[in-house]
Amino acid sequence: MLWNSALVAIGGFFGAIARFGVSNWIKQKYPSSFPIATLLVNLVGSFLLGYMIGKGWNASWNLLFGTGFMGAFTTFSTFKLENVTLYLNKQWKLLILYLLASYMLGILLAFLGMKAAGM
Amino acid sequence: MVYVVVGLAGIVGALLRYYLGLFVSGWWSGLFPMATWLANMIGCFALGWLTVYLPRLNNLPSYVATALGTGLVGSFTTFSTFSVETVQLLHTSHWEMALFYVFLSLCGGLAMSWLGFRFGQGSLRTQKETAE
Repeated sequence: MLWNSALVAIGGFFGAIARFGVSNWIKQKYPSSFPIATLLVNLVGSFLLGYMIGKGWNASWNLLFGTGFMGAFTTFSTFKLENVTLYLNKQWKLLILYLLASYMLGILLAFLGMKAAGM
Repeated sequence: MVYVVVGLAGIVGALLRYYLGLFVSGWWSGLFPMATWLANMIGCFALGWLTVYLPRLNNLPSYVATALGTGLVGSFTTFSTFSVETVQLLHTSHWEMALFYVFLSLCGGLAMSWLGFRFGQGSLRTQKETAE
């Protein structure tokens, strides 16, 4: 239990920092009202987690890289809050585009990740 | 500095999600990915609420808001696990369950985010009224 918690904690530490770093970098480089930073992080994370699950790594790697790192690197709450913000700003087209891109590409990339791992 | 604080908050978020998963596995064994869904719904509400509530607190250093929102709640919720679980449901031919999961995450997440947002505004109003 303690060892498992430590693996999740280490992954979570670096996952959160990686998301914060990547999204700050993107927001600085490509400022836009479309939340491209969160989208990119979630899509990359979906592919990589799919790849990891496809490879069937052992339980420790799952906790460190899957539950810890990828779990913290990708985010659902920020995605939904950005949906609400787009809604409040009446940016309907961007809202629909963001929802479609996140769900369709996220699921597709998780599938492709598993395929790439030979599943 | 702020990166380290976000990382530390990320540890708390990831651990809470992990423990919630262990707790849920004690009473839920259905096909529906209950643990991830619950974490995501709770997190959506919490982030909506924090976003309205925290900036209005006087003297709160900005890194605290970043740590709680981006670090803790951001790490507590997850998108990658959601995507992979959906693919796994599709892969095992549980089409209806996959569709149900996507639908319930989409609508539930929007609703919880919105509720948290409104709840933050509401609790502010009550506080102001009490102060007056």
